[in-house]
Amino acid sequence: MTMGASPSVSIAIVGSGGAGALTTGNSLLEAASAAGWHGLFTRTMGPQIRGGEAAGLLRLAVHPVECLPDQFDLLIGIDWLNAHRFGAEIKVGPQSLVISDPRGGEPPPMVTQSGARVVEIPMKEMAKAISDGRPNMIALGIASRLLGFTTEQVFAPIAKRLADKGPAAIEASRAGIKVGFGAAAGIEFGTQLAPPSPSSARRWLLSGNEATALGAIRGGVRFAAAYPITPATEILEWLAPNLSKVGGVLLQAEDELAAINMIIGSSYGGTPALTATSGPGLSLMIEALGLATCAEMPVVVVDVMRGGPSTGIPTKSEQGDLNIAVYGLHGDAPHLVLAPQSVGDCLFTTQWATYLAETLQAPAIVLSDQFIGQSRAAIERPADVAFIGARAVATEISGAYKRHAMTANGVSPMAIPGTRGGQYTADGLTHSERGTPTSGAADHLAQLDKRRDKLDHFNFGDHWATVEGTGDLAVITWGSLTGAAREAVGRATADGIDVRVVAPRLLAPVRPEQMAAALAGVKRILVVEQTHGGQFHKYLRAHYDLPAPVRVFKRPGPLPITAGEIYRAITDWR
Amino acid sequence: MSKAAGNPKVSNLNDLLAIAYQIEIDAVDRYKLLADQMETHNNPELVKIFRDLARAEGIHGEEIRRLAGDFDVVAHARQIAKFERSESPEEADLGSAHYMMTPWHALQLSLDGEKRALAYFTSIVETAKDPKVKALAAELVEEEAEHVALVHRLLRRYPKPSANWADDMDPPVSQE
Amino acid sequence: MSTVDTRLTYKQADYKSDVKPIWCPGCGDYHVLMSFGRAFAQLGLPPEKIAVISGIGCSSRIPAYTNCYGFHGVHGRSLALAAGLKVTRPDLTVVVASGDGDGYSIGGNHFLHACRRNIDMTYVVMDNHIYGMTKGQPSPTTEPEFDTALSPGGTGLRPFNPLVIALASGANFIARCFSGDPNETAAVLVEAIQHPGFSFIEILSPCVTFRPDEKAWKDLVHPAPVGATNDPGKAARRIMTDDGFNIGVLYRGDRKPYQPAVGATNINLSELEKDFEL
Repeated sequence: MTMGASPSVSIAIVGSGGAGALTTGNSLLEAASAAGWHGLFTRTMGPQIRGGEAAGLLRLAVHPVECLPDQFDLLIGIDWLNAHRFGAEIKVGPQSLVISDPRGGEPPPMVTQSGARVVEIPMKEMAKAISDGRPNMIALGIASRLLGFTTEQVFAPIAKRLADKGPAAIEASRAGIKVGFGAAAGIEFGTQLAPPSPSSARRWLLSGNEATALGAIRGGVRFAAAYPITPATEILEWLAPNLSKVGGVLLQAEDELAAINMIIGSSYGGTPALTATSGPGLSLMIEALGLATCAEMPVVVVDVMRGGPSTGIPTKSEQGDLNIAVYGLHGDAPHLVLAPQSVGDCLFTTQWATYLAETLQAPAIVLSDQFIGQSRAAIERPADVAFIGARAVATEISGAYKRHAMTANGVSPMAIPGTRGGQYTADGLTHSERGTPTSGAADHLAQLDKRRDKLDHFNFGDHWATVEGTGDLAVITWGSLTGAAREAVGRATADGIDVRVVAPRLLAPVRPEQMAAALAGVKRILVVEQTHGGQFHKYLRAHYDLPAPVRVFKRPGPLPITAGEIYRAITDWR
Repeated sequence: MSKAAGNPKVSNLNDLLAIAYQIEIDAVDRYKLLADQMETHNNPELVKIFRDLARAEGIHGEEIRRLAGDFDVVAHARQIAKFERSESPEEADLGSAHYMMTPWHALQLSLDGEKRALAYFTSIVETAKDPKVKALAAELVEEEAEHVALVHRLLRRYPKPSANWADDMDPPVSQE
Repeated sequence: MSTVDTRLTYKQADYKSDVKPIWCPGCGDYHVLMSFGRAFAQLGLPPEKIAVISGIGCSSRIPAYTNCYGFHGVHGRSLALAAGLKVTRPDLTVVVASGDGDGYSIGGNHFLHACRRNIDMTYVVMDNHIYGMTKGQPSPTTEPEFDTALSPGGTGLRPFNPLVIALASGANFIARCFSGDPNETAAVLVEAIQHPGFSFIEILSPCVTFRPDEKAWKDLVHPAPVGATNDPGKAARRIMTDDGFNIGVLYRGDRKPYQPAVGATNINLSELEKDFEL
């Protein structure tokens, strides 16, 4: 294939009514990953269950990519029906190339007003000329020619997908790709990918949700309770067969109230457990998370955040569940809150969260989001890490067993049911060391202190945050915005502007000393978050010293905050 | 309810000794439980009464062990003394307890228990085939009759409480 | 742990903890606690192999009064706690304790699905036709004309019929007991625990404080006129004409209990990565 010099290229494929735009995008991702490039693929769709307008958004690069581009180099419109709904999500500009079907409806203003070069190719007509032809295969052929792939490279993933549809379907697709490839001959497209960096590292192609699920199993989870909710369901669906392969079990619950209680029950019996949900489900689970906190029961709840509040925007990303994750429990109930920063980081963070929950005997909420959860990325295989659930268990028990005994590190060995002499009743009622309910002041204070201190005094090490760069401007952000922030900072540094990134992976308990060290010498702080109410900014202000003037770049979903926007916010503040 | 039906059948002396022993032991446990309830619910007068009753039943139990001589009446009781469908006859009715109950009430409970035990042993006298069993049962009937008389005497010390004995001016407390 | 005495026998007292119940003297739940001990002793179960799971309410206080493992969870969710526990620890005997409020009101949905799932456990609901712990509001089984502060003049609502619901939803063993007959209750508990699948026992347990009228229950309860059936249709007809005081086992089904294999396989984790490998 032809090699170019661009470190990255980005493509958007738009189509509706079952056109298959997402399949085209996914196939390009798979072809590129197989050839050695990194990539990030995400989708955006209309509200219909089938036949809606859909866009596949793909970025390929020689380096790992963790955010979408500011603009797309190539936009292929299989048709433009309702495409105006995507609006600012799919930006093109004067350097971009748009392939448009003359019979595909009017291109939306985002195209016609962008200054992009538009080339018309009658994809629908070409597809009709092939028996069983599909326009998205024509589009795939066009894209592969323009990007410099061979038809075989992009056909391979299609053949896999259509394996059980029979030879006729497979042949029709191959023919479509060939026709599209031919139709793109002679079209100038300046963004050719540089060759992939040679690397012997093993690579994976997976979504954030899949990475989350594998991280859970690596961390020791062997029971999951499942209630489906967009955009978290894939975590549970991956766990269903794979948990049983490792001797674990997944139980479908009748609602989130049951799911959270089931995992507490499993944990009580000694089996590390997890569930996955989104904002509305987390709201239902809050009461039982308090129970787990008070009874010192480890559990992991993954919240793949979506647009809120209430039912919100189920298919879009936002960071608005921070408040409920850290503050939602009634009473004073310190617990663990973590947030992965990329597709690959979902694996590490979920594994680490499981380890921390088990070690500290506390619930852990993992705040993923729709963007990370449902994006697919080609990444290097994440290294094996030693964080595997390490619960302190009481075995040889003599005398009266104290379930919540005061210890040096605040963690009390737990008797697992079946252990003679260790019988106790776990309780949400305030209790003594023995576990017996009490309303006394001394016991209440002692247990509150214990539950807070066991978290506060734990050595979380360097994993608590991504801290990079030097300079007197710090960008503080979290979650899926970390990728865009790092890319923005990279650009600024290349321009001679030194900027730091501080992105906590551990949101609760807070790390005042570590944050102070990360912000030492900083004169300007730019907080970046994807909320309407500035939840992260307020959280930082409440719990940390922010030693310098602060600017806040906040915007609610559904549009991602791009590296370009963050870069401009950095350069605007001199 | 089927209070009398299904009480364990007594076919020989050892059985009767074991059952008689178990009846006393069950009564001890029951009075101890009631004493604990009264202690938790701050009725010290009744704590003392129930503990006294428990002690008395314990003594009866010891008497039966002495009667049994070398025979391990405790082990045998665990084997056979299963009161199928009703409570052990002398067990005080838990449902009649009350946190403000008075000594008169406690003694009524005890009286009911003793009367039930009396009726039980009387039925054995009437139905037993084995003369030894009949004889022992008759002895036990006499014992229980004495207990009944004793409780009557104790009751004379305590007047029947007035109609508002259970009036608590404070409302109940919701603990959850 | 040290060697197990295989001839170990247990007494009722072995299942009682030293925690003094807060239940009012006269409460039916004292008898239920006794029945638990008698049943467990009869079954010869080591106390550490029994888990008593509960929600919130007077009856839900029972775990701490036993010498078994216990979980006093949040209101209405005991069946979910128990499902997660039993499925991952099939070696334990799981008994779930609830009341008419905890079990049939907030816990109603979980009740349906627990019957449907048919995981091997025993569900004991101490029904006193009232919310006792919160001082006397009507529960789903309260009579429609019963006057309370929250429902002056009575709710006017038809009471919930838990035995019908259990039967319709797939419970594998259904019985009604009366707390005032602890030996009978213990016998039914023994059967229920031994019966595979989801066993449901409704225990009428009078509330001495808020339903002193329930003292009359001991004269209203009576043995069921017919023995248990394994025919759901027959059971349905009987329970729909039940007077609410029939005591005994109503239904013994033969559904296979739900228990997925646990710990049976354990492949190398790297096998799972094959899904993602390029």
